[in-house]
Amino acid sequence: MKNPSDMKNSSAVIDEGRRGFMRTAAGVATVTLAPGVLLHTLAHAGSPGQGGGVPRAEPVTDAVRYGMLIDTTRCAEGCTACVSACNRENGLDLQEMPTGADPALWDRQESRWIRKVKVQDNLTGHVSNLPLMCQHCEHPPCVDVCPTGASFKRADGIVMVDRHLCIGCRYCMMACPYKARSFIHANVEEKLTLAPRGKGCVESCNLCVHRRDHGQPSTACADACAAEGHHAILFGDLKDPASPLSQALAKLPSRQLRENLALNTGVRYSGV
Amino acid sequence: MKRIVYREWRLAPQRYWGLLALLAVIAGMGGLAFWYMEHQGHWVTGMTNEIVWGTPHLFAIFLIVAASGALNIASIGTVFGKTTYQPLGRFSGLLAVALLVGGLLVLVLDLGRPDRLIVAMTSYNFRSIFAWNVLLYTGFMAIVIAYLVTMMERRLKGYYKAAGTLAFTWRLLLTTGTGSIFGFIVARQAYDTAVLAPMFIVMSFLYGLAVFILVLMFACAQDGRPIGPYLLKRLKGLMAIFIAGVLLFILIYFLTKLYGAKNYDLVNYYLVSGGRYTLAFWFGWVILGLLAPYGIIMHPALGQDPKWIAGASALVIFGGLASLYVIVIGGQAFPMTLFPDKTILESGFHDGVGGQISAYAPSLPEVLLGLGGVAVALLITAVGVRVLQFLPESLADKDIDPHAAVKA
Repeated sequence: MKNPSDMKNSSAVIDEGRRGFMRTAAGVATVTLAPGVLLHTLAHAGSPGQGGGVPRAEPVTDAVRYGMLIDTTRCAEGCTACVSACNRENGLDLQEMPTGADPALWDRQESRWIRKVKVQDNLTGHVSNLPLMCQHCEHPPCVDVCPTGASFKRADGIVMVDRHLCIGCRYCMMACPYKARSFIHANVEEKLTLAPRGKGCVESCNLCVHRRDHGQPSTACADACAAEGHHAILFGDLKDPASPLSQALAKLPSRQLRENLALNTGVRYSGV
Repeated sequence: MKRIVYREWRLAPQRYWGLLALLAVIAGMGGLAFWYMEHQGHWVTGMTNEIVWGTPHLFAIFLIVAASGALNIASIGTVFGKTTYQPLGRFSGLLAVALLVGGLLVLVLDLGRPDRLIVAMTSYNFRSIFAWNVLLYTGFMAIVIAYLVTMMERRLKGYYKAAGTLAFTWRLLLTTGTGSIFGFIVARQAYDTAVLAPMFIVMSFLYGLAVFILVLMFACAQDGRPIGPYLLKRLKGLMAIFIAGVLLFILIYFLTKLYGAKNYDLVNYYLVSGGRYTLAFWFGWVILGLLAPYGIIMHPALGQDPKWIAGASALVIFGGLASLYVIVIGGQAFPMTLFPDKTILESGFHDGVGGQISAYAPSLPEVLLGLGGVAVALLITAVGVRVLQFLPESLADKDIDPHAAVKA
């Protein structure tokens, strides 16, 4: 057993083991917490790539319902500005064909949120061009069928996928009446923070939800269409009678695609 | 009535382990296929954004549907009190559970995120028939196992009838749920009809019975256990009724669809112009899968021969896979009517331009995964009959039903 004077001396001596432990603990705490703090800061900063803007601080409410009017008479044949803009905005252009894949097959496997379609009336021969994407239904079949609740509708009417809950069963793709959804068939090396796509999940147009959450006025496709001078896509709040969208809808005759399904789509078409 | 003696499968070890090894190799190849698909992503399969459910689903649904059908034999004995079928009850329950495990395994391993299975088990959207099916499948497994216990444990005999009735009710719900997965899809013309739910029930009766007959005949033949001609006659008679049932439902399906002008194209696609799907419908499902086996079992000479009855069962199974090819893949390949009365001239997303059918070619990993599920089901059955008393020592008519021997 140590005598009392030894104990006194030993407490005066620096305990290197204890000090080392404290150092390690501090290091571990920094390494553990720093990425979270950094991500939190980044998430609240609104990166310039997302167009800046002030991030939403309040929960989403149903005081608004986002939607679109697509005037097919203004949609130009051969123009794919909306598609390119969507691809760029949501990082869809970062998808790469896996080595060894068959290009024709890959073409059917790659994710696409919006596409241009050209249709002809069987009786009259009238031809229309239009962009087609998720129609953001009030009663979305994809939400009904999703077993885990990953497919959901926000209070503001945006239909989207919770990438943490999606198990990749693809039942929503079976159920979507507009064939608007895509499955991620391969690893995605590069992705944007606003659209963090991962292999094995389903995704679709979310009306540029990051822009909504940063208080920006429009969507990438609508902006691109306007920049081309066509103004075929009008985005806005369906619930605000004063919004340009509501006013245009009041003036122009419009319809839902597959209206017999009574889904009350948020995207409306005129001239088709 | 004589006491039924159940005995473990007494195969020579070499033969038994050989069989297990063969099944394990097939199951292992399925496992490797899963690993490859999971690791690479679904681009290595033939599945696309148009054909979102492919060959694995075809096998999975076949196995799940056959699972509920395989239980029918036990139900007929328990619920409907047909004593001839009672000695087959244990084997019927075992096969039902084994087929369901095989089917579910394929379904789960084809998910985009199979690692998130726990999400499917903990996060439910009760508006989804898929979520209900998760409960129906797991419930089926638990109920059938409990039912098997009441069959095998003398002290629980009192619960036998109740367990059997519950299992029968549950299997009807289960197949209703499976059929409704397609029946509830309003987006696609080939589906969107309530008739698919009862149609799947009748299909399950038939496919489950065919698998049951074939596996039973194999199991008994390996072990030298006799199957009486009267029992076989009853089983094949049942098969004939179920074939007629499926034919009736095919007719009802098309009549239902033909009632609306909007579906003329769909019916024409299935019956006349659908290329490989039309071929699969007529030759795979109707002719080889239904009419040919019906002809065999009703034939005065061939219908008496166990080998031909086994052949008829194999044809029914082939037809069953063809039917799911037609329903699952053919149904998706038919272009979605995005614009009624309009023709799509161009599209950036393959929307059936000019009425074109969506392309799909199954890849090897998909087929291997499906076959892996079949192997797992058979593996469970082979182990089950070896270690527990599922199979009666004799299925000779005089041993299972004293009156049957006279009738035969």
